[in-house]
Amino acid sequence: MSTTSALGGVVRRREDPALVAGTGLYVDDVKRTGMLYVAFVRSPYAHATITSIDSAEARSMPGVKAIYTADDVRHLGPLPAQVPVGQVRPLLADGIVKHMGEAVAMVVAATRAQAQDAADAVFVDYEVLEPVIDLKDAASDRVKVHDGLDSNILITWTTPFGADEEAQAALADQIAEAKARDDTVTVSLEMNNQRLLPTAIEPRSVVAEWNSGYGEMTVWSSSQMISAVAGAVGKVLGIPYNQVHGIAPEVGGGFGAKLNVYPDEILVPWAAQQLGKAVKYTETRREAAVSTIQGRGWIGTATITGTRDGEVLGYELDAICDMGAYSQNFTVAIPFLGVFVGSGQYKFPTRLKLDCVTTHMQTTDAYRGAGRPEAIYYLERIMDAYSREIGMDPAAVRMKNFIPNEDFPSAISPVGFAIDTGDYGTNLQAMLDLPEYAEMKAERDRLRAEGKLAGLGLSTYMEVCGFGPSGLVDLGFSWAEYGVPSAFNGSGVVRVNPDGTANVIIGTGPSGQGHKTTWSQIVSQQTGIEMDKIRVTYGDTKEAPISIGSFGSRSAAVDGSAAFEAAGKVRDKAAKVAAHLLEASEDDIRFEDGAAHVAGSPDKSVTWEEIAKVAYQPHLLPEGMEGGMEAHAIFSPANATWPFGTMACLASVDADTGDVKILRWVNVDDCGNVINPMIVDGQIHGGVAQGIGQALFEDAIYDPEGNLLTAGLIDYPMPTAADVPNYELHRTVTPTDVNPLGVKGVGEAGTIGSAQTLVNAVVDALADLGVKHVDMPMRPKRVWQAMQDAKN
Amino acid sequence: MQVSLTVNGESVSADVEPRTLLVHFIRENLDLTGTHVGCETSYCGACTVVLDGKSVKSCTMLAVQAAGADVTTIEGLADGDQMHPIQEGFWERHGLQCGYCTPGMIMSAAGLLAENPSPSEDEIRHGIEGNLCRCTGYHNIVKAIDYAASKMRGETPAPAEWEATA
Repeated sequence: MSTTSALGGVVRRREDPALVAGTGLYVDDVKRTGMLYVAFVRSPYAHATITSIDSAEARSMPGVKAIYTADDVRHLGPLPAQVPVGQVRPLLADGIVKHMGEAVAMVVAATRAQAQDAADAVFVDYEVLEPVIDLKDAASDRVKVHDGLDSNILITWTTPFGADEEAQAALADQIAEAKARDDTVTVSLEMNNQRLLPTAIEPRSVVAEWNSGYGEMTVWSSSQMISAVAGAVGKVLGIPYNQVHGIAPEVGGGFGAKLNVYPDEILVPWAAQQLGKAVKYTETRREAAVSTIQGRGWIGTATITGTRDGEVLGYELDAICDMGAYSQNFTVAIPFLGVFVGSGQYKFPTRLKLDCVTTHMQTTDAYRGAGRPEAIYYLERIMDAYSREIGMDPAAVRMKNFIPNEDFPSAISPVGFAIDTGDYGTNLQAMLDLPEYAEMKAERDRLRAEGKLAGLGLSTYMEVCGFGPSGLVDLGFSWAEYGVPSAFNGSGVVRVNPDGTANVIIGTGPSGQGHKTTWSQIVSQQTGIEMDKIRVTYGDTKEAPISIGSFGSRSAAVDGSAAFEAAGKVRDKAAKVAAHLLEASEDDIRFEDGAAHVAGSPDKSVTWEEIAKVAYQPHLLPEGMEGGMEAHAIFSPANATWPFGTMACLASVDADTGDVKILRWVNVDDCGNVINPMIVDGQIHGGVAQGIGQALFEDAIYDPEGNLLTAGLIDYPMPTAADVPNYELHRTVTPTDVNPLGVKGVGEAGTIGSAQTLVNAVVDALADLGVKHVDMPMRPKRVWQAMQDAKN
Repeated sequence: MQVSLTVNGESVSADVEPRTLLVHFIRENLDLTGTHVGCETSYCGACTVVLDGKSVKSCTMLAVQAAGADVTTIEGLADGDQMHPIQEGFWERHGLQCGYCTPGMIMSAAGLLAENPSPSEDEIRHGIEGNLCRCTGYHNIVKAIDYAASKMRGETPAPAEWEATA
């Protein structure tokens, strides 16, 4: 394998030797001398007043060091929330609980088991109140979730984004006129996009250590945004940012659930300060279910109106989006991300009304895709239903309504955003031209001829990612609430050391995306330094440039571009040094295989090691040149990026049991330029599996009393290897024009395109029986019931 | 109470509470933190180790139940600096992303390949269905185990998808 990789090459991951050997460091692996352990006492009720907390017995138990309640931490204020629309969360429940699993008391003891034993011996008396669980009930304001708020509806997102009421009314009128026409059809479906548990396999974990002499707090946390955690800890505890050392070592999956600041990330450092000892908290899987954020949770009615020959004249989505009890990092901004892509790849009038309601369930926030899978789900399901209603090929209907190529770049979407680049017709046509697509169609027809139920599902999708433009995120998403406003810039430092090795220090850190490898490729390509001489580090606020983290498919597009530019600055300086040493023209210097070469003179070259040695001895440098070989770049893109693609799958349904089987799965994705195809494909694989999980299995079910019935992996089935197919991936490449790499981002695309692809396939299989829709998760019983209902 | 067993070829002995799970014994008493904990219901498989030749979930056993057993954890799989073929397969075929489920997945594969050296794709998929991965969608894990099985049989593994299409 080549040691100098150009962008676009497969390179085995540089992080893997440690991870396959079991020597990767995750937060729960951190052990400090005298370390204490935390267990939380959590509410079994969704809505109740706390009448008393009796911790006397617990305090006397072996190993117990402290038990804290709201009385001890009230002075610290609530949990900082990035978008504090709604009720912010107290660090510990203060007289009242608003969801099952809310932390009521915190026990600190010498061992994990002692802490848990003592937590079990804290007796809390509750007076149970009526919870608000049903979303329509929540929207009616029959019972208020929070006394201090005017309504359970925290905010309503509408389109066109930013338009006044008059413009919105005009849009509604335009769609109403289309509906009233004799030559149009209108199709409407109420559909559920259920609550999900993100379920990274690594539970969240936090360790904190306070050094009173240095006045320094060290916090290890399994976080996608360690700088925000460090900022929030500093803000709440009154410690300057430069005295909080945040470390996110290996992060065992995030998917948005670790894109938050949690009460434990504040309380554990606070306890470490109080007790003068290192303190650790690691959530159990059951705690992860009830107290780490959840995702999705929409019910909505999608309505589409169009002509009988497939021209869509209006699309409407009226949805209620479940925000849960408290607002945390993004909460109400998640449905807003759905607004961005609300009209998908299409050019037709689009009216969205998304009511964000608070309920007595755990907070919802970013889960892979975050608002975009929900929005695309409704759109692509109703496009499918409309195609079926008018008897047209669903691909043809989509093709007919795409934003045309002449609108790009910066096409203005019907919901009011500028899309960087797109070529939707070519992408869909690539799918239709694949032999795999024809084979799936033929196989469906063959199975049907045998009397089996089989369906072909198709969905296009659009994503918005690569956040973000500094001005855009100033709408309230800039991390200012955590004390570290960073405007979603990308950030990167490249330093070539005197021995010719290079350090690349980035502000974003991975939770499985392979940053060490990808950033090595970026810097190697820019400088010609061999990959094995490049060390990429991240997740450490002491050394990292100011930055925000890894989420929203943003890292490569934004922080990758920053590293690309920093490496470019270093290379340009090195070219001057090399030209000086080789007595050549700077314009003739080319970097390759670890050295600077003079174009046209193969015998004239100087290695990076030789260049770097000179760079740190300024008297050897060209007159006036600053010593050293290091650069920092901040990258703020002009726009977000907008990946897109098409997915198709073949599925069968067992007529007797309702069991759904995926027979084949094919994608044509377009994420712009690709740095490492192996890593990019891996992101798609995992994303599609999560969409399949939502479509077939996963469901965070609360009963009417507000108990989460699926608070463990037994009751919350995730896909296993035996449940998912091989993924046959293809791509088109439409580079973005908003960053120098031309990359758009790929972390969430698989999830955004997949769930409705499978639902469309199942409905295709059952359409002849009269089934128009099956809600997710499409477990056998529900599919079987849909078949029976259609018969009767 | 006192418990003695062999872990990665070394005799170990410790005084533990009777309720101590094998996984906590491995992680906290022996400081072998490559074995992970992802749940408390034996569903995720992140804690899988090989015990007396079979893969087991070490959160499902008490440490004292492992008395006298021969346990191999992820740290004991490689031959010095030489990766075990399963580890190599995961590296070569991008069978991991965040790496958290990986040690358990590898030890589960070790148990599978000990029982069935030539598993079909379907047998691999069912063989590891007790181990959950949230990152990879399993596609490349299946390829990684197939790679390892070929290597362990002394055969040349099938080319990677990206090599086959290059």
